Amino acid sequence: MDTFLMFVKAFLVGGGICLIGQIIINFTHLTNGKLLVLFLIAGAVLEGFGLYGKLVEFAGAGASVPISGFGYALVRGAVLAAKQDGVYGALTGGLSACATGVSIAIISGYLVAVLFRPRTKKK
Amino acid sequence: MDYYKKRTLDFAKSFVLEGYTVAGPKENDGRYKGFFDFALEDDMFGQNTFERAERKMFEHAIEGAIAKANLDDVDVDAVIAGDLLNQIVSASFAAKKNHAGFLGIYNACATFVESLIIGSAMLNNGLENVVCAAGSHFSTAERQYRYPLELGVLRSPVTQWTATGVGATVLSNKQTGKLPRITRATLGRVIDYGVMDVNNMGAAMAPSACDTIVTFFRDTNTKPQDYDVIYTGDLGKLGSDILMDLTRQEGFDVSAQLHDCGASLYWDEQQTYQGGSGAACSALVFNSVLLGRIRRGEYKKILLAGTGALMSPTTSFQGDSIPAITHLVEVSA
Amino acid sequence: MEAKSEITRENYKSYVFEKMPKSSHWKNMIWAFLIGGTICAIGQGFIELYSLWFNLQDASVLASGTLVFVAAVLTGFGVYDQIGRFAGAGSTIPITGFSNAVVSPALEFRAEGYVYGVGAKMFLVAGPVIVNGVTISVIVALITLIFGG
Repeated sequence: MDTFLMFVKAFLVGGGICLIGQIIINFTHLTNGKLLVLFLIAGAVLEGFGLYGKLVEFAGAGASVPISGFGYALVRGAVLAAKQDGVYGALTGGLSACATGVSIAIISGYLVAVLFRPRTKKK
Repeated sequence: MDYYKKRTLDFAKSFVLEGYTVAGPKENDGRYKGFFDFALEDDMFGQNTFERAERKMFEHAIEGAIAKANLDDVDVDAVIAGDLLNQIVSASFAAKKNHAGFLGIYNACATFVESLIIGSAMLNNGLENVVCAAGSHFSTAERQYRYPLELGVLRSPVTQWTATGVGATVLSNKQTGKLPRITRATLGRVIDYGVMDVNNMGAAMAPSACDTIVTFFRDTNTKPQDYDVIYTGDLGKLGSDILMDLTRQEGFDVSAQLHDCGASLYWDEQQTYQGGSGAACSALVFNSVLLGRIRRGEYKKILLAGTGALMSPTTSFQGDSIPAITHLVEVSA
Repeated sequence: MEAKSEITRENYKSYVFEKMPKSSHWKNMIWAFLIGGTICAIGQGFIELYSLWFNLQDASVLASGTLVFVAAVLTGFGVYDQIGRFAGAGSTIPITGFSNAVVSPALEFRAEGYVYGVGAKMFLVAGPVIVNGVTISVIVALITLIFGG
C-alpha cells in the first residue's frame, strides 16, 4: 500500500512541478534552456535551505526526476562532501553526486548519434 | 508613416520566359499539390546531409528552369540566387555548375523578389538572359535559426513552418511571343518596429510590407483595385491581418486582393499554425501557381511583395529586435 | 474590423499582443501535468525496482539514469520531440528533457563529424544546466562551510 501511495505522490508532485513550469512558459515565453536553468537553480537554492530534500523524502521520483532534483543532488553532494573534506569536498562533491546521470546522458548521446540519423519533422 | 519617393523603378524589357520549382514532400501534400515541376519523395534528396540536399535542389531548379525555357547553360548571362543559410552556401555551391556570372544575394525571405528586381535591372542594361532563384529547406533552417530537430519543444501558435523548396525564374530581354512581364518594382527599406519575439515573424514584417506596398501605390498613382491579386511572401495569417490594418490606416484597403504565399502553401491539418515561411514560399508560389494563372489570362496584373525578417540567432540572443524588409514587383500579362 | 486607435511604432507591440492568437493555456497545463506526472511515476517505478538490490540513494540515481537512457533512445527514434509538441514543460523539466537536450544536438550535428559536431555541440542546449548547476552547488557548499550550516 505504501508503494502505491508513493506512486500517487510522485505523480502529483512531479506533475505539479511541470505544471508550474508550463504556467511560466505560458505567461513569459521563456525558452527551453532558460526554463531548465531556472528550475535547476530553484532546486539548488531550496536545498541550500535544506527544503528540497524533504520534498524528495515525501515524493520520491516526483521530486528527484524533475531537473530541480538535479540541482538538489548537486548541492546535496557538494554540501555533504564539504562537511567531510572542506573546500576540496565543496569542489568535487556536486559533480561526483551527479556523475552517473551526466555520464549516462553523454554515453547515450554518443550512441544515438552513431546509430541514428536525424529525421525531418512531419508536424 | 514617413513617405519617401524614388524607390520605384520601371522596367522596359524584362520578360518572364519560364519558371521551375522543386518542392519538398510536405509542400507537395499542401494546397498546391501537383503544381510543382518536381516534388521530392523525401527531403534528403538522396544526399547524406540536409545542407547537401538543399544545394541539390538549387542545382536541379536552375538546370530545370534553363532547360524548360529551351535555353542552354551558355545562353544564360547571370544567375542571381540566394538562400537562408550562413554565407548563402546552397546557392553559391550550386552555381559551381553554371557558366554564367553569379550574384549571391540575401534578404532573408524577400530574396526571391530581390533577385527578380536585380535580374530585371540587368536585362535593361544589356544582359540577355538571367536566372533568378531562391529557396529554403526546413531542416537546415530549423537548426540554424531555432533548435535541433529532435528537441521536444512546444510550438507557439504564432510560429510558421519553413518551407522546403527552390523556385527559379528565367528572365529575358527579348519578347518572343506573349510573355508575362515584370513592369515595375519598389525597393524595400529596412524597418524595425521593435518586435522581439522570433516566433512572431509575421508581426515583425508587416510594417515593412505596409511601407513598401503603400509607397508603390503612391509612387505609381495606383490603387489596390487596379490589381487582380496582391501576394505577400510569408507574412502568415496573423501578419496578413496586421498588414490589412496598417494599410487601411494609410488609406488603402487591400483586404479584397491580399493573399500570402506562405499562408496558402499548406492545409490547416498540416499544423503549420501561421503557414509557411522561408525564401521558398514566394519562389514556389510565383513560379508554379501565379505564373500559370497570368499566362492563362486569369490575372492581368499582380503584385508580388517578398517579405524578409533580417535577424540572426546572434542578434536575437543579444537582445536586438527584428528588422524587416519587403521588396515588390509588378507583373503584367 | 476597424482598428480603434492609430497603430504607431510606439504602440505596435501592445497592438500585436492584442491581435495574437492565444495558445490554449488550459490544454497546455493539463498536458504538462499529466505527462510530467507520468514520467515521474515511471521513475518511481524504477526506484521501487532498484530498491530490491540497492539502497534508496543509489536506486534513485539509477532510476534517473534509466530515464535518461530511455529518453535518449526515444529521441533517436524521433518520438520524444513528438511528445514535447503537446507536453511542453511536462517533457522538458523531467530529467528526460535534459537527456533530450543532450542527445538531439549530438544527433543533429553528427554531419559535422565526431569532434566538432557530436563532441562540441552535444551540450549546446544542456550546457547551461551543467555550468550553472556546478557553479551554484560550489557556492552553496562554500556558504554552508563558512557559516557552519
